[in-house]
Amino acid sequence: MHRYTFQRLLSRSVVHSAAIVICFFWTLPTAGILISSFREARAIRTSGWWTALAHPFNLTQWSLKNYGDVIMADGLGNAFINSVMVTIPATVIPITIAAFAAYAFAWMRFPGRDLWFALLIGLMVVPLQMALIPLLRLYTTLDLNGTFLGIWLAHAGFGLPLATFLLYGYIAQLPRDLIESAAIDGASHFRTFTSLVLPLSLPAIASFGIFQFLWVWNDLLVSLVFLGTSPDVTVVTSRLAALVGSKGQDWHLLTAGAFVSMVIPLIVFFALQRYFVRGLLAGSVKG
Amino acid sequence: MEINQKQSRMKTADSAGEQPSRQHSRRPLASAALAPGLRFLGWLLIAAAVILAFRAGLALIQDKTTPRILAMLIATGLGVAGVWLFYWTLDRLVALLPVARLRRRLLPLVFAGPALAMVFIYLVYPAALTIYLSFHDARSEHFVGLENYRFVFTEPAMRTAFANNIFWIIMVTSASVALGLIIAVLFDRVRYESVAKSLIFLPTAISFVGASVIWKFVYAYQPKGRPQIGLLNALVVQAGGEPVGWLIERGINNLALMVVMIWLQTGFCMVVLSAALKAIPDEIIDAARIDGASELQIFFSIVIPTLRGAIMTVATAVVIAVLKVFDIVYVMTNGQYSTEVIANRMYAEMFRYRDYGRASALAVILLLAVVPVIIANVRNIRRQRS
Repeated sequence: MHRYTFQRLLSRSVVHSAAIVICFFWTLPTAGILISSFREARAIRTSGWWTALAHPFNLTQWSLKNYGDVIMADGLGNAFINSVMVTIPATVIPITIAAFAAYAFAWMRFPGRDLWFALLIGLMVVPLQMALIPLLRLYTTLDLNGTFLGIWLAHAGFGLPLATFLLYGYIAQLPRDLIESAAIDGASHFRTFTSLVLPLSLPAIASFGIFQFLWVWNDLLVSLVFLGTSPDVTVVTSRLAALVGSKGQDWHLLTAGAFVSMVIPLIVFFALQRYFVRGLLAGSVKG
Repeated sequence: MEINQKQSRMKTADSAGEQPSRQHSRRPLASAALAPGLRFLGWLLIAAAVILAFRAGLALIQDKTTPRILAMLIATGLGVAGVWLFYWTLDRLVALLPVARLRRRLLPLVFAGPALAMVFIYLVYPAALTIYLSFHDARSEHFVGLENYRFVFTEPAMRTAFANNIFWIIMVTSASVALGLIIAVLFDRVRYESVAKSLIFLPTAISFVGASVIWKFVYAYQPKGRPQIGLLNALVVQAGGEPVGWLIERGINNLALMVVMIWLQTGFCMVVLSAALKAIPDEIIDAARIDGASELQIFFSIVIPTLRGAIMTVATAVVIAVLKVFDIVYVMTNGQYSTEVIANRMYAEMFRYRDYGRASALAVILLLAVVPVIIANVRNIRRQRS
């Protein structure tokens, strides 16, 4: 153990207790809503959630009723499905468009290639707030407000510069021989792309895919602007935000609702943590 | 799909054959010349059919009466298959062109064109228009010069928003980076390192809205004498204090909101800094020890300077995120009680006040604030690589 660690600076027991205390306090807020979400509405209103832990095996105090209520009566179930309907295409579409473009920029010759590429990548600096008002007007004219197609394309457009940047970095580094031998074998660009380049770029696609998936799933602003809050299209984040506004004191609903909105990100986080970290690092350069 | 192509190709051929003027096309030579044209026509028909099917599908998922699960499946299918069919059809159409040079010229357009068209429609055109709108009035009818910018910089509520944003940048960035660094060093090489890091990192996965609900519950306030259900007020009351309206009380509420952002960003800082920390060669540390440096000296004169690049990278990333912070404020206070920030105010100007001029001016200011930070970030990353 030659490395520099606090374990040398401070005594081991101090390091361990500090680490455990930090982890404890970091997790406490989440634990609070998780535990509350299983308690009865009246119990939540009249006593702190930690009091339930005094007698955790008193099973009568736990129930799934809050989840049933918030999913059915408050429309969070519908919003959850809407979120899936928004998120999957809004992840796949920009990946596909970006992958085709990245291939063209890396392996095809055409006039102005570098210039177009620089323009596309440079757009990463534009905060999406710059695009909201003109697009809202355009969508009103085209009747795309409140449509799934509209929000798919919006998320795709906003995500494209980053997606192209990341995928280009990967696709351009594939061995030249590989691409050329495919061409000599008579494979068209389309075929080379789909059966050679795409499978080989899977790590980059996974990193960006997870980043974009969580970005879209967790997004509030874009969905508020382009999808709105009508129950048949609204997504889980905007529904939850609306619940905070209308039922701000109904903690039995809000705690269960927060958990419903978090369940998919948590699964993605635990199942794909390695790709998640890479995607997050790569995404940190976005404007 | 293959069968469909053939059928529709045959159909096109038949319908062409029925026209009297095309009678001679049955002769082999002429039909050979016509074949590519007919095939092209066939492909166009398929493309048209696909577009029609796509439109029908979109109408179906937008229809309230469609069972939600079915709508979900259709939406996924449409979104995923749609974009692939789009490229595939374009590729086929180009492949049918008779001139090889034309094919070679058009193919890059098929591959890169859609991406360029998308960013033009979704970023270039709107950004240019937003700049234009920022010099016009609320309904974008009259040119008003710099009036919106004057308003944005002088009106008291706007100034609160700007002041808050600066306060946010200073507090959240320094706290997240410092905490991230301390945690990275503290957890380095303890036995349960990966579990501990996961716990700190976890909040980065959840939405700002979800995090806002989590913390709103921590800050929950009940009048004095009633049982406190919020963790923080329960602690305060337990210690003999009076319950505090964390989100209402001016002076505290902004900090209470920032804590949420710090909670969300620290994990990110920790992960980056931890990776950089592990990249410091052991030899350097050992050499310093042999030279008699104390552990504290090593930390401040070797570890921190070596991590400078990584610290800059995470700091700039946090600054960008903080500049655009919207969800936390929108959900927890909606800018009331002097907690306004630029992005929330922009949203309010856009939807509550319907003033597109002022909203656009705020967006432009956001852009101008973000660009230098990103340039610094990119430069820094480049320097680290070289």
